Amino acid sequence: MTDLLALQDLTVHFDTDEGVVQAVDGAALRIAPGEVVGLVGESGSGKSVTALAILGLLRPPARVVSGRIEFDGRDLRALSEEEMRSVRGSQISMVFQSPRTSLNPVLPVGYQIERLLARHGGAAPRQARERAVAMLREVGIAEPERRAGQYAHQLSGGMCQRVMIAMALATNPRLLIADEPTTGLDVSIAAQILELLRDLGRRTGAAILLITHDLGVVARLCDRVVVMHAGQTVEWAPVRGLFHAPAHPYTRALLRSIPRVDGAGVMEPIPGWVPSLLAPPRGCRFAPRCALVRAECAAPIPVRAVGAEHTVACVAVEAS
Amino acid sequence: MDALAIERLQMRFPLRSLIPWRAPRVVHAVDGVSLRIAPGETLGLVGESGCGKSTLARCVLRLIEPTAGRIFLDDVELTALGAEDLRRRRRDVQMVFQDPTASLNPRLSVAATVEEPLALHTELAGRARRARVDEVLGEVGLGAGLRDRYPHQLSGGQRQRVNIARAIATHPRLVVLDEPTSALDVSLRARVILLLGELKRRLGMTYLFISHDLSTVRYLCDRVAVMYLGVVVEEAPAARLFGHPAHPYTRALLSCIPVPDPDVTPEHLTLAGEVPSPIDIPAGCRLRGRCPLAQPVCAEPVPVREIAPGHTVACHLV
Repeated sequence: MTDLLALQDLTVHFDTDEGVVQAVDGAALRIAPGEVVGLVGESGSGKSVTALAILGLLRPPARVVSGRIEFDGRDLRALSEEEMRSVRGSQISMVFQSPRTSLNPVLPVGYQIERLLARHGGAAPRQARERAVAMLREVGIAEPERRAGQYAHQLSGGMCQRVMIAMALATNPRLLIADEPTTGLDVSIAAQILELLRDLGRRTGAAILLITHDLGVVARLCDRVVVMHAGQTVEWAPVRGLFHAPAHPYTRALLRSIPRVDGAGVMEPIPGWVPSLLAPPRGCRFAPRCALVRAECAAPIPVRAVGAEHTVACVAVEAS
Repeated sequence: MDALAIERLQMRFPLRSLIPWRAPRVVHAVDGVSLRIAPGETLGLVGESGCGKSTLARCVLRLIEPTAGRIFLDDVELTALGAEDLRRRRRDVQMVFQDPTASLNPRLSVAATVEEPLALHTELAGRARRARVDEVLGEVGLGAGLRDRYPHQLSGGQRQRVNIARAIATHPRLVVLDEPTSALDVSLRARVILLLGELKRRLGMTYLFISHDLSTVRYLCDRVAVMYLGVVVEEAPAARLFGHPAHPYTRALLSCIPVPDPDVTPEHLTLAGEVPSPIDIPAGCRLRGRCPLAQPVCAEPVPVREIAPGHTVACHLV
């Protein structure tokens, strides 16, 4: 199957007073149509920067140094700002972490969806109105007609996130990027939002790139997983392969570090700290924290297959 | 003797009435909660936003005055103490807050932060006080090299260690931990939980651990109480609660937490809607409107039953 999105060798730098922060270093990932891909890693691993690069939303001091971002056969980096805006509105959309601050506080939520439809869907005002209410109903908001006239501060956090999802899906995008969509929500509400995302993804055929630090969420929702550490993508695997046969030492350490509600596992912190991205280690950036470190780790790391659709960027892992 | 005993604690906040001849409406934040913690024990208090767990913590510290009920610390009734006596007892109950950055004074160095409670609440002075500061910083795993740093020069995990050091500096009888790990990254979370567990074993700390994160509760707590809309709906030893949750709310909470294993399918018990307003509380069981198992009997007052040693449940259907 051809990829919907193929990201190759993405490198992003931030120019700061202290020097150049090498936030993303040669990241790669691909997403097939309709598939849910998880992008996981600790804070500062470059997950959100990667998402913003895909959307063409990075602004100075951020700078895309290199990389190819191919969406539906088109090179997104070659598009003009105007063309990119149209892609963002109608083909790739995003759901952010803090739904309340992502909504406009001085416009009714229904009107915000209408504006979006008018701009990107070319809908007439009355149609836009009906469509907005229908979208709110679709994402499980009770009394959508009344809610459409309300403002963000009148809605609960879970409801704001439903509105964000309604907005993101209003133009029938082919790819939805969800950046920590349930962080900050209560567990029962978070579970409802995840179920909603999965159902809507299936129903509309939109692929989802789910950015999260919560491996439980990945296990519940994703088809495939990409693991990031300190700006590098280190492992790509189907969800079962990742949890049952994690290959990269970082992935293994990450899985061991999380407290589990079923009491399984050991909860062992990952050794060391995420390295400074002002002067990151050459080669593998996990090397200073890694028990399997060897001389070759300071050279560029080849990507090798360890299973079906399962690849890893590590010289210490045996190829299959 | 319990380290902490809470008896029928109630905290109501009246709302300002907009219509002068109508009685003001009331938020029932905590509605008759009784809890006990033995010395050296850790009680987990779990529930979603708005269930009253943080309000309860504030009452225990008497940062707010409960509208009814009594709180005992080592048989001293905290709720009956005058301002001066209360100030003297402050060293015995300390708190660690959720946001490690916001709860530190940005203009105090690490050493000054930890020294403050010692200066306020203990007789320690001069060299002895500085020695205690170094000792506590060592206990939480902060090296001497960090003592003159300021909060902005520390990582999130280090900041939370400073907060923990400040809380345990006066040898408190009870430490209230209000979501101490929820603002931390995954790998830091594990470190802070392990540190709290180690302090508990080594120094015999008694904790009231407030969290919505049942996975961390499982690692740290001896007993767990589950709160919903101002009342405790289930209380049990930790192993028992996670092994045999009885209340539909507890079961639903547990089923909501994604387990990092794609082959584990949790019990599918979804609560409908969101937590209702604590202003107009439904009669009978408070979960009734959201509970998938609700029956007509649930509108009756709910009995609290002990279904196993130390395991109490407030539900008609258990």
